[in-house]
Amino acid sequence: MIQLLVFLPLAAALVAGLGNRTIGDVAAKSVTTVALFFSAALSWVVFADTGLGHGAAYTLPVLDWIDSGDLHIAWAFKVDALTSVMLVVITTVSALVHLYSWGYMAEDPDQPRFFAYLSLFTFAMLMLVTADNLVQMFFGWEGVGLASYLLIGFWYYKPSANAAAIKAFVVNRVGDFGFSLGIFGTFLVFKTVKLDAILAAAPGMAGATFHFLGAPVDVMTCLCLLLFVGAMGKSAQLGLHTWLPDAMEGPTPVSALIHAATMVTAGVFMVCRLSPMFETSATALTVVTYVGAATALFAATVACVQTDIKRVIAYSTCSQLGYMFFAAGSGAYGAAMFHLFTHAFFKALLFLGAGAVIHSMHHEQDMRYYGGLRRSLPLTFAAMTIGTLSLTGFFFTSGYYSKDAILEAAFARGTTAGVVAFVVGAFVAFLTSFYSWRLAFLTFFSEPRWAGSEHIAHAAHGHDSPEADAAHAGGTEGTNDSAGMEHDHAPVAAQVPTGTGGYHPHESPWTMLLPLGVLSVGALLAGFVFHDTFLGPDANAFWRGSAFVHRDLAEAMERVPGWVVWTPGVAFFLGLALAAQNYLRDVAAPQRFADTFRGLYAFLVHKWYFDELYQLVFIRGAIGAGRLFWSGDRNVIDRFGPDGVTTLVGNTAVVAKRFQSGYLYTYALMMLVGVAAAATWFVPRLFQ
Amino acid sequence: MIGLGHYLAVGAILFVIGVLGIFINRKNVIIILMSIELILLAVNINLVAFSSFAHDLVGQVFAMFVLTVAAGEAAIGLAILVVYFRNRGTITVDDINQMKG
Amino acid sequence: MIATLAFYLFAGFVVLGAAMTILSKNPVHSVLWLILAFFNAAGLFVLLGAEFLAMILVIVYVGAVAVLFLFVVMMLDVDFARLRAGFSRYLPLGLGLAVVLLAELLLVLGGGRFGITTGPSHAPVLAGMTNTQALGSLIYTRYVFIFQAAGMVLLTAMIGAIVLTHRQRGGIKRQNIDAQVARTPESAITTVHAASGEGVTL
Repeated sequence: MIQLLVFLPLAAALVAGLGNRTIGDVAAKSVTTVALFFSAALSWVVFADTGLGHGAAYTLPVLDWIDSGDLHIAWAFKVDALTSVMLVVITTVSALVHLYSWGYMAEDPDQPRFFAYLSLFTFAMLMLVTADNLVQMFFGWEGVGLASYLLIGFWYYKPSANAAAIKAFVVNRVGDFGFSLGIFGTFLVFKTVKLDAILAAAPGMAGATFHFLGAPVDVMTCLCLLLFVGAMGKSAQLGLHTWLPDAMEGPTPVSALIHAATMVTAGVFMVCRLSPMFETSATALTVVTYVGAATALFAATVACVQTDIKRVIAYSTCSQLGYMFFAAGSGAYGAAMFHLFTHAFFKALLFLGAGAVIHSMHHEQDMRYYGGLRRSLPLTFAAMTIGTLSLTGFFFTSGYYSKDAILEAAFARGTTAGVVAFVVGAFVAFLTSFYSWRLAFLTFFSEPRWAGSEHIAHAAHGHDSPEADAAHAGGTEGTNDSAGMEHDHAPVAAQVPTGTGGYHPHESPWTMLLPLGVLSVGALLAGFVFHDTFLGPDANAFWRGSAFVHRDLAEAMERVPGWVVWTPGVAFFLGLALAAQNYLRDVAAPQRFADTFRGLYAFLVHKWYFDELYQLVFIRGAIGAGRLFWSGDRNVIDRFGPDGVTTLVGNTAVVAKRFQSGYLYTYALMMLVGVAAAATWFVPRLFQ
Repeated sequence: MIGLGHYLAVGAILFVIGVLGIFINRKNVIIILMSIELILLAVNINLVAFSSFAHDLVGQVFAMFVLTVAAGEAAIGLAILVVYFRNRGTITVDDINQMKG
Repeated sequence: MIATLAFYLFAGFVVLGAAMTILSKNPVHSVLWLILAFFNAAGLFVLLGAEFLAMILVIVYVGAVAVLFLFVVMMLDVDFARLRAGFSRYLPLGLGLAVVLLAELLLVLGGGRFGITTGPSHAPVLAGMTNTQALGSLIYTRYVFIFQAAGMVLLTAMIGAIVLTHRQRGGIKRQNIDAQVARTPESAITTVHAASGEGVTL
């Protein structure tokens, strides 16, 4: 069954990808979507069996790949509780995204390619989570990186999309380099790459050291840090995060699937899968905690000033991933996985909802041109509100349970890193609430402001001609800036609804709304239903060694002080109040804030200047080094090599040419000289 | 007594004169051809001298054939010269530089 | 004694003739000096007992080759007035080399280092035969192949000389024997009846 689950998406991808225009749009879409729904159904069966049903973990071999000396790499499916959780997340979200894309990509000319890529991605991700050994995991790792590149750059005729795709791939590669070194190191230390063997042997290697440049280095710390670098790249942690916002160049379903629910969570999954290894190194765990906390803080601050609706949600993802990592760093792997599980639902919901808004607003993504959409798009509004409630941790939504668990675990850990993480996490919860409600208020509340948007102008003039005329007429009466041009604040009241420019957004088709509905249910209920399973004292019965469970940590979490439990709730209300104040009542306040704290605002808008820093250090550095080597290559190697030889031959030929004088007597003289020389050579020998 | 050495010396002198003649003249290609004849004559004298003093007729036989070939070669050389003169209009050695590299 | 004198006479004139051949300004003079050299070389041959070869030298070299040289010299219509007297600038070097060569030759040949082997000779002179007879008996028997080859060389030279210098001249009337013999009365003769006293136009 697991084979069917994993290979169905691959088969569907091949059919759609190779068939392309031959089989037509509908056939390609149907094949892939049906295959994914089938896989999703199977995944719930596996989850019920191996996960909830406490079935035994098993490994199904597929084939042997490499057998060389100590190195044995086989392709096998490892299924245990951790795998089953990921299977559910991946296939469910992927199936819903496939269905959603029917509506969202309806006007795109390249649909078979899109669906093929989506299914290919799903297959690669499934390979990653069912991996029996590190190399197979790396294969899946690279595969999702490839799929990410293909999908971000799906609209390849846009130069910005191409640049974003390359940036994603290259930054990922840097992480992959660390991951590869980690795999090599692991093989060196453990003489195997099979996960079962490594995880069993890991505790035995705790405290072992090796010498590097004369100083002793802890083996397990080194390995874990290297592997964590890979996780940093894939999960966009601080330092290797620059690709995630740019990845929003891809279509929204892609963002929902890859950059919210599945690919970026691969890093978290990897850390949890390798939790026995990480447990042997306190240093590595501390690093993980700090990096996670820093990422959460960074992303949340930047999200507060973004104007693109997708970028806000992207930074939100980055921030939530930070949460998951510092949960893992605090030893609460179960909590991290639980947050991954719930986050997949509500973040995918938010992205797909944003996609519905974008679709309705004719691909306008700037929130300054939204406003008042709850009247035009009621169902989308409902879904987005549910997603926001869940993200910000409103009581009894799934986000509430998972976020609470993480903050309690961080505090209960008792280490410095844990407490710091808790404080940061609480602050970030406040910021999360703020920017999430900011998004909601800007988009769905107050009055429409989209008259100044170029996308809307396109739509108004292109589609709704009579209404455009009315807008013109209405506009010229009461307002002096009618549909279309450069002003971006709501004009004075007139006959036509203010600032709509005559364009009325309509709800999305059912293919897009149905996934929103399903995900809403998940976002609301998943936490309530599953929190005891994943967390709590009985969690070990669930995880059964697939992820490390600290029994004492779980018990400590039960006993944290009351104020710790209430902190997320307080943060929620504070954020809501601040957002309501600035975006519902006093709408000029944000501008005043930005003007007052110009430096801070600039710092946040420029994403803490990471891109500029990388441009300066790495890109300029690489180009400079390249130029240096090129000039060295040309002036030294080429000059003494090919070019030098050529010139030498040329010069020699010019000199040799002078011997060919063409004069007879010169030739005769040379002959005479030769004869005399030959004679002189032989004559003495005759006398010996 | 005139010994073998005397004849050989004569041959040597003739040979060197012939060789010298090839390149000290700039005026006339025919002189070159005549110098070649002198060289061949010197060789013939050598051969015949050896043949005589060794009482072996092979030398003379060979000298006869050298003679034959020399005559043929002189004819061909002159024919080439005539054709060259027709084309170039001069037989000054200095002007023969069309093979200049 | 006579032999010694004759030798020095002949040898002297050969060397003189050779030297003047290459030093002479007038090409006709050069050829004449060459002829002198040949004659005296023939004399040397006679002294060595190779009279056949001496006569051949006179007949072939002087009678044919030197005359050929003269013909060509005359034919080439060289402008004597324009002949430059200078020697090439390589003269010092050439002279030096010539001296070296001569020295080596004399060293090797005049030293008498290698004695004439008195072993069995390939073609001993048989008593009672003239030089001509002896040569003939050798050439047509043992060295007949070379003899034939020499004939081929001469043939090649002859054909080559003709081919090289032959040129088509335009406007030459030649006989085409075949056409002449194949002529029929119908194409050669026409009968015209003419009245007496009147002319005929053909």
